[in-house]
This record gives sequence, C-alpha cells and structure tokens, in this order.
Amino acid sequence: MKKILVLFSHPKFEKSRANTSLVSHIQDMEDVTFHDLYEQYPDFHIDVDAEKELLAAHDIIVWHHPLYWYSCPPLMKQWIDMVLEFGWAYGPNGNALKGKTCLNVITTGGSKEVYCAQGSNSFTINEFLRPFEQTATLCGMRYYPPFTVMGTHQLSNIQLDAHAITYKSLLQLLQKNIIIPDVDNCIFLNDLPELKNH
Amino acid sequence: MTGSILFDAIVFLAGAIICVYIVKRFGLSSVIGYLLAGVLIGPYVLGFIGQEGEDILHFAEFGVVVMLFLIGLEIEPKNFWNMRKTIIGMGGLQVGGTMLLTYFLFTFLGYDWKVSLVISMAVALSSTAIALQTIKEKGMMDTTYGASSFSILLFQDIIVIFMLGVLPLLSTATTVAGGDGHGASGNLLDSLPIGFQTLAIILSVVLIIVAGKFLIVPMLRKVAKTGVRELLIASALLIVFSISFLMEYVGLSPALGAFLGGVVLSNSEFKHELESTLEPFKNLLLGLFFMAVGASINFIVIAKNPLTISGILIAIVIIKAIVLFVTGHVFKLKLDQKLLLTFSLSQIGEFAFVLLSFAFSLQLLEQDQMDMMLVITALTMSLTPITGMINERYILPKIGTKESIKRPMDHIAKSQNVILVGFGHFGSTIGRFLRSHGVEATILDQDSNRVDFLRKMGFEVYYGDATRIDLLESAGIAQAKILICAIDNPTVTKEITKLVKEKYPHVELMIRARNRDDAYDLLNLGIENIYRESLDTSLSMASDVLNKLGFRKYTLNRQVQNFIKYDEAILRRLAKEPKKGEDSYIFIARQELEKQERYLNEDFNRGIVAYDNHWDSEHIRKTLEEQQDNSDEINNTNTPS
Repeated sequence: MKKILVLFSHPKFEKSRANTSLVSHIQDMEDVTFHDLYEQYPDFHIDVDAEKELLAAHDIIVWHHPLYWYSCPPLMKQWIDMVLEFGWAYGPNGNALKGKTCLNVITTGGSKEVYCAQGSNSFTINEFLRPFEQTATLCGMRYYPPFTVMGTHQLSNIQLDAHAITYKSLLQLLQKNIIIPDVDNCIFLNDLPELKNH
Repeated sequence: MTGSILFDAIVFLAGAIICVYIVKRFGLSSVIGYLLAGVLIGPYVLGFIGQEGEDILHFAEFGVVVMLFLIGLEIEPKNFWNMRKTIIGMGGLQVGGTMLLTYFLFTFLGYDWKVSLVISMAVALSSTAIALQTIKEKGMMDTTYGASSFSILLFQDIIVIFMLGVLPLLSTATTVAGGDGHGASGNLLDSLPIGFQTLAIILSVVLIIVAGKFLIVPMLRKVAKTGVRELLIASALLIVFSISFLMEYVGLSPALGAFLGGVVLSNSEFKHELESTLEPFKNLLLGLFFMAVGASINFIVIAKNPLTISGILIAIVIIKAIVLFVTGHVFKLKLDQKLLLTFSLSQIGEFAFVLLSFAFSLQLLEQDQMDMMLVITALTMSLTPITGMINERYILPKIGTKESIKRPMDHIAKSQNVILVGFGHFGSTIGRFLRSHGVEATILDQDSNRVDFLRKMGFEVYYGDATRIDLLESAGIAQAKILICAIDNPTVTKEITKLVKEKYPHVELMIRARNRDDAYDLLNLGIENIYRESLDTSLSMASDVLNKLGFRKYTLNRQVQNFIKYDEAILRRLAKEPKKGEDSYIFIARQELEKQERYLNEDFNRGIVAYDNHWDSEHIRKTLEEQQDNSDEINNTNTPS
C-alpha cells in the first residue's frame, strides 16, 4: 500500500459544493493523509519542518485545489515556495522527493470546452499546469496528468458525488503499487479505463 | 479556666479552624465563623476565655491596622485624589445623617446629650474589616458599590480621629488616667497647646511620607539583597509597628497612619512583596479580632434587657440602613448597588469598641451603657454576614438588576452553548466578534450597570458571581460547549476553572491569563487554551519598532509568529518544572528577575534570529558558487531573481 498525502488548499472550503463532496469521500480513507492547508496555516505561516516530515512519510503527493486565475490559491504557492527548499527538494543534494509521484486534483468553474485553443481560455488545463509539472520534475518526482472536476457550477449534487466516487477509486488505484499502463496517454486521470469499471 | 498563653493559643486556633471550616462548608463568610468561634470559647458558653477577651481584642485591633496598611498599598495617590469627591460627599452624608438620627433616637430615649452624642459617633462608623473583606472576597472592588463602600469607610477612618479628639473636650473629668492606646490620651502632646498639637500631627504625616521615600524603600532594598526571607517579614512588621507607634504618639489613629504609610509605599517596587508578606498576618489577626468580638458579647446584659437591647439594635440597624440607602440614592447608585451598600455597611464597626471604651475611661459613659453598646455593636457585626447573604440570595436576584431574566420570545439570536464570563474591555471584544458571526454567548457579569445595558442590547446576561455553581448552572453550563473566562482577576479565574473542570469536565475552557505567571498556574491546572494578554500585543509593538528601524514587515510578521511559537514552547517546558519553594512568594520580584534571566538566556542560545532562506537568492548563489568547481550539471537552478 502506498501512502498518499492530499495537500488541500481552498480559502473558502465551507462554500465549495464540489470540494465538500470530493473531500468527504476521501478524507477518512486508510493510508490517505488529508492535510487542509488553509485550516492549518490561516496566517500563511507554514511549519516547514513539519511539512517536510509529512512529505517524507508519503509516496504520492496530491495538490488538491481549485483553479484560480489559471493557477493555485496563494497558500498552495506559499507552500511550494517554502517547503520545496533548495538543497532539500532540488539543487545539489536536494533528493528528498526523488522517486515520489505527484499530481494535481483540480476543480474549475469553467467547462472543459472553454479550456482549449478555440475556447475563451485559449489553453488546456494541462498547459496551465505546466509550472506544477515542471516543479515536480525538477524535484525528481513522477508527474501524472491531473484529475479534474470541471464546470462545477452546472453540476448537480448527484453528478458531483459521482465525481467524488471516481476520485476515491483513483486514490485506491494509486495506492495499489501497480503500474498503470495508460497513465501517460490520457489527458486527465478521469479517463483511465481502470476507473470506468466502477 | 484560664491557663497558660499556649493553652489560650490552642483554644483560639482550634476554635477558629473548626468553626470557620463548618461555616465555609455552608458557603458563609469566614467572618461568621470567627464570631461563632469567639462566642463558643467565650465566657458564656465554654468559658475557655474569660476577661482577657478584651485585651485580646486590643491586640487584635492590630489586624485592622495591618489591613489598612494593605489597603493603602493598593491605592495609588493619584486614584485617591480622584476619589476625593466621593470620599467626602458620600462619607460626610453617611456619617452626618447617621449621627443626627441616632442622636435624636437616644435623646428621645431619655439619655443625656453627651451620652447620645458619644453613642451616635460610635454608631456612625461601619466595620472596615467586615465590609472590605467581603467586597474583596467577591472581587467587587471595581464596581460602583465597591468604590462607594470604600469611600465611605475611608471617610469614617479619617473622621474617627476627630471624634477621638473631641471626646476629651466633652469630658468633665479633669484628669484622665491612662488610655487604651488608641485615644488622644496619655501621650506627650497632651500638655502642649492645640496649635502645637496640630503642628505635630502635620509633621508626623510629612515624616511618614518622607521616611517612606528615603528611609523605608532603601532599607527594603538592602534587606531584599540579603536574600533572607524572614528579614523581609520582620521589616514589613517593623514598618507597620513604627507607623502605628508614631501615630499613637501624636494622638492619631494608627489605622490611618498605616493607611498613609501604605499609600506612600504603593508606588514602590516592594508593593507586592509587602502585600504577600503581611496578608497572612492580617488574616490571622483579623480572625483573632472577630473571635475576640464574639467572646466579648455579654450575654448577661442581653439576658437582663432583651427587649431594650433588641429594640435599640433593630432601630440602629434601620437608621444606618436608611441613611446608607439615601446616600446611595443621592449619589445615583442603582437599586441593587444601593442594597448591597446598605446591607454591607449597616453594622457598627470595630472602631466603636475603641471609641466606646475611650469614652468610658473619660467617664462619659456608665458601665452598663458601655456594655449595652458593646453588645449591640458585636451583634450588628454578627448580623451583617447573615443579612448580606439573605440580600444576595433572596432579595437581589428578584429586584434591580435581576440575576437572570426571561428574554422576549421574539429574540432570534440562537444559543450556541458558549458562556462568556466577564464583559469588560477584554470580554466585550470577544463577545462582539462572536456576535458578528451570529454566535450569541451567554454572558456572566457582576457589574449591574453593564448587565442592564447588555440586556437592553438583547444579550442573554446573568448577573452575579461566576464562582457560584448555581449561577453557572442557570446560565446553562450543563449544555455548554465552551466557557470563555475573560476576567482579569487571576484568583477568581482559577476558582472558576477548577469548579468547571471538576463538575463539568466536558466543557472546553478558554482562559485569559494576565501574564506568564498566571499562565503557569493555569497550565498546571491542566488548561490547554490559555491566552496571555501580554504576548501578542507587545510583539506586534516590537515588530512595528523594528519596522521603523528598517526591517521589512512581512519578514517581521513571520518572525513574530516564530517567536510566539518559541515562547509558548519555553512556557510549557518551564511550567512542568517544580516550583522552587512553594511558599517563597516573598521575593516575587527576585524570582521574576530569575525567570526573566532564564528567558533571556534561552534567547541568547537561540542567537539573533536565524533567518530561513526562503526567497533568498543570495543563499542559493553562494551555494552554487561552492558547487561550481565540482559539478557542471546543475544549470537548472530555478533561482529567484
């Protein structure tokens, strides 16, 4: 069993329907550590040592956040700035994260259609996530495509719950320490054939 | 049945321990316990103590002196000056009114005008010992009632000097043999003309003030340096004794002198040491005083004229009560504050014993007149705690600011099971913020003005002493999730904490602590959520100072957060260490310094704050330069620029 660390950051979690549903399905899973950054660090004062210990104790790192202005909420970025230190996460002797797996779990208000060259957002989600991808790569982590819940404003509670169940299945799949053959071919992890069975 | 001094001591101590214990179990004031002990061991019940009761009484009056010294310590001269109008106004009205009515009563009863005058003087005085003790025990010094009582008592303490001065003028007896050590008789100044006497009095007051500054404080400093605890106790007693002696010598009340001495020393750094040193002496001596009063109640006199005595007793208490109530009314106290004042000051005070026996020695009073008045005085003192309790338990909750009120049904605020104790500056900020989130705390406060105002604003407020479990229960402690304690009295805070922790362990306690010492105590009581008022504010100030010196705000902000964490860690670590010498509060200042030293040492070991390297390209550049020689592969550094 691989250990998963979900680094969740949402400045107004209590008002987010989509994330309430997603989180409620995964936060009590075994070997999954749900880490609510905005609850833990309301003053943005991140305990770097504690965070490093958490990272060291897990195999899969999940950056779970809504997409704000094509990026993560500020505390998530603060977390990246402070925890992924030179000489620890990257740079000479910066090998602490080498060999771990990393991915983004994203919620967006806009639908899949607007995130493309022809759409109003001009770029795809995966293109917007390039900085995260490269961050993971620089730290020697394997970066998976994102798991997304898009167009959340239009989704009914039932549809949201369906996404949440898929999210849980994904984490269960990732925990299994098996090679997922299609992982590099899919755009979103949502498309994995292994998850369609559920 | 009078044995050795040891036997007397055993009788007094045992009597006190047993009676006070029993009385406390019933939730009554310790004063009643002492009085009861006095009655029991006195000549009419068990007979352990005979005539020496009166000597003991005189000795124990020293407790009153010590108490006034301690009261003086707590009053800074500036506050005293600010209170001058209430002191003279309220005090004058109370003493004048009571004297007038009592005088009429006694002349009406057919007493000689001189006797009536002497008795009316004695009756006008209330018991500082009883009233202030109760007010302090309840932590009500800051309420209008507390301040008014204090003003009146202070005025009485001052006026008693003039009364003692007037008595000899009333006397027709040419020479007075001996004095009782409190009056204006038997001292060297008697032979001097009035002008010189006044001058001597003024001089001695000046002497106390000057000696306080230039003799006592330097002496205390030297004593504190020796580090010998007993010396400080000795010095404290020496100060009080000397002042009393000087005062008696010039014919002033030693109590007033002690008060003055206290005021002079209230600004010195020894204030707290003196307080903690004298506190136990004061309590014991006052206890002794009350026991002596109890023992001096002459039951034979009562048995002879039970009707006269009880009639006069009731008349006097009613006169005093009416005058106090009217005084409260004139000075616009609220109804319940007026009642508290009325009930707590309606007894005749300990100075009456002094005044009456002095008058007797001047042959102004007959033996039976004095006995009667002594009995009445002792009885009124015994009655006060009882009537006070009746007032508090049965009358106050129903009138004026009621203990609790039913709120109109249309009130929409929902109860969130939060109890907020104390709505002063600290508590009100908490309450307002909670309310702005729609969280309505149930408030407990003991200032009736505030309670009324808050009720008008629609808060659910309970009025009274939060250390009373029944009040907490009616405020809903059984269903509460959280109790916030926002009062600034550490003793009361600890009492509430212990009470709730013991009886309602499910309630989460969130406690305000004034400082690190209080925080230690609370930590040792097992409280987790402690909020030190001296932590965040001072750090935010320090951070602003550094900002003005050129440090950047965000970095400072992060360092402040680090510092809080670091300071909390030391606090918790030091709190676990056993206290050195549990009772050595004597050298509080010294210990405080030691503690400061330990903190500063910790800081020194920590060094100038080691800045972390976040957002610091300099650090990366240097590391890379060192690496440059042995590796060329790192060309992807993600260096912030």
